[in-house]
Amino acid sequence: MTAGEAIQARPARRPLLKTIRESKVAQGLALMAPANLYLMVFMVLPLILITGLSFLSRGTYGEVEFTFNLSNYARLLDPLYGKILLYSLGVGLGTTVFCIILGYPVAYYIARAPARQRSLLLFLVLLPFWTNFVIRMYAWIMILRAGGFLDAFLQWLHITDAPLRLLYTPTAVMIGMVYEFLPFMVLPLYTSLEKIENAVLEAAADLGAPPTRAFLRVTLPLSVPGMIAGTILVFIPAMGMFVIPDLMGGAKTILIGNVIRNQFLTARDWPFGAAASMILMLITLAFTFYYTRKAGFSEELLV
Amino acid sequence: MSEKKPALWLRIYTFIVYLYIYIPILILIVFSFNTQKLNISWHGFTLHWYDVLFNDAQVRMATGNTLIVAAVSTVVATIIGTLAALAMTRYRFPGYDASEALMYIPIVIPEVVMGISLLVLFVMLNMTLGLVTITIAHIAFNIPFVALVVRARLNGYDNAIDEAAMDLGADEMTTFRRVTLPTIMPGILSGAMLALTLSLDDYVITYFTAGPGSTTLPLRVFSMVRFMVTPEVNALSTLWVVIVFVILLIGQIAQSRRI
Repeated sequence: MTAGEAIQARPARRPLLKTIRESKVAQGLALMAPANLYLMVFMVLPLILITGLSFLSRGTYGEVEFTFNLSNYARLLDPLYGKILLYSLGVGLGTTVFCIILGYPVAYYIARAPARQRSLLLFLVLLPFWTNFVIRMYAWIMILRAGGFLDAFLQWLHITDAPLRLLYTPTAVMIGMVYEFLPFMVLPLYTSLEKIENAVLEAAADLGAPPTRAFLRVTLPLSVPGMIAGTILVFIPAMGMFVIPDLMGGAKTILIGNVIRNQFLTARDWPFGAAASMILMLITLAFTFYYTRKAGFSEELLV
Repeated sequence: MSEKKPALWLRIYTFIVYLYIYIPILILIVFSFNTQKLNISWHGFTLHWYDVLFNDAQVRMATGNTLIVAAVSTVVATIIGTLAALAMTRYRFPGYDASEALMYIPIVIPEVVMGISLLVLFVMLNMTLGLVTITIAHIAFNIPFVALVVRARLNGYDNAIDEAAMDLGADEMTTFRRVTLPTIMPGILSGAMLALTLSLDDYVITYFTAGPGSTTLPLRVFSMVRFMVTPEVNALSTLWVVIVFVILLIGQIAQSRRI
């Protein structure tokens, strides 16, 4: 029900403003109305449009033909796209796992730091990410390219004597992805870890648990909500990413995001691109539902 | 959690991760002052690349576009998002859960999907792609984030101070303006700050909703770094880092004074 309907349900003679002033429900609806309207038009409607589009087909000149069919989805069953999809899933999961490996100890360290230092340490994790995304990737290009900083450093240490040629490989893509999404893992993990009360850990120690056991049986389980929130925040954007593969993977790394972008901008087969988007969206939604049902939509997601 | 001194390996590990975060940024900054173009090694100090940057007409235009989009989308999204946050924390109304679900869309839908679906909408509406469509798109993804941040602030709000104001004879509007609004202002400001950074940072959605002549800075930088390395981008990045740092610092100082 919209604000308008709520008001119409009342006697028609009452002036609108007066109704809003007197009814709590009308007030709530009126305050919510701009956001609801805006998001309906510019977020929900577009998603409905591409859902419809995914069942149409492409005409000879890249125009959309209005005949209902499932051919786009049938085309996605092609092993070529199956492989790309699996590869994207792999990259998404790999990014998530590496972000946990790098991020968990850091979040743990910050959570155990003296209270005064915590916000500074957290701020330091976030600071570089207030610069621009493309700029951050450019920095990695400078480091990873043949004859770049990493090569120079390794050769100076006499670890290698030839360029590694890391740029434009899947490894480079992973390095860029992990760098880009790390703060989205650290932040929710920190929120979870910071909430664990000292008394709980002391109780574990009093009951004779050695630190490792206390960590595995107490701290780790209590930080699961943060890990799930972080996983959602990292996996979804990583899965759909196409810019990092473009910049750092050369033409060699193609993810589902690249397929969607190409269908819309170069191949101009919008219905097929829409179908690929639907599959991507279904995967990320299924993933989100599975994990939030397990842990509830936690406030860690909202940092 | 406790304030016991962490294990040595944990301290070293954390330090290394911080290095991983900061080394790329430091390299960017240092080599914006390097005389040599193929900046692998240090050759000498120069401000030449800043000069090149300031005389780059395309960068200047892209900067203007970026600032316009960021300013307009931040202001609009902050207003709409704050109203929504107020509605969701202080009122119960039909469609509450659906409204809340709407707010999670930009978190659970990949950016590329949001970008192409907006592109489809704009094309169907026959809208010319340009600054207007970019701004509309930025407002859309910013509203939920502003609402989330302001809501977090409102959740800790003590309604007793509103009641006190009304007991003293203030009407609802006066109470809101003189009591509620100033109290939640830090939350609104941090929501606006988040919207601003998201807007400045966005590449993907801008990429799909931009048209000729509406290139923003991230798009411009992308085309500059796609195939080559140029210290002009280092100079731009350095300025960007410095400006962002100053803005954040001002924000921090403003907030700590208020509280």
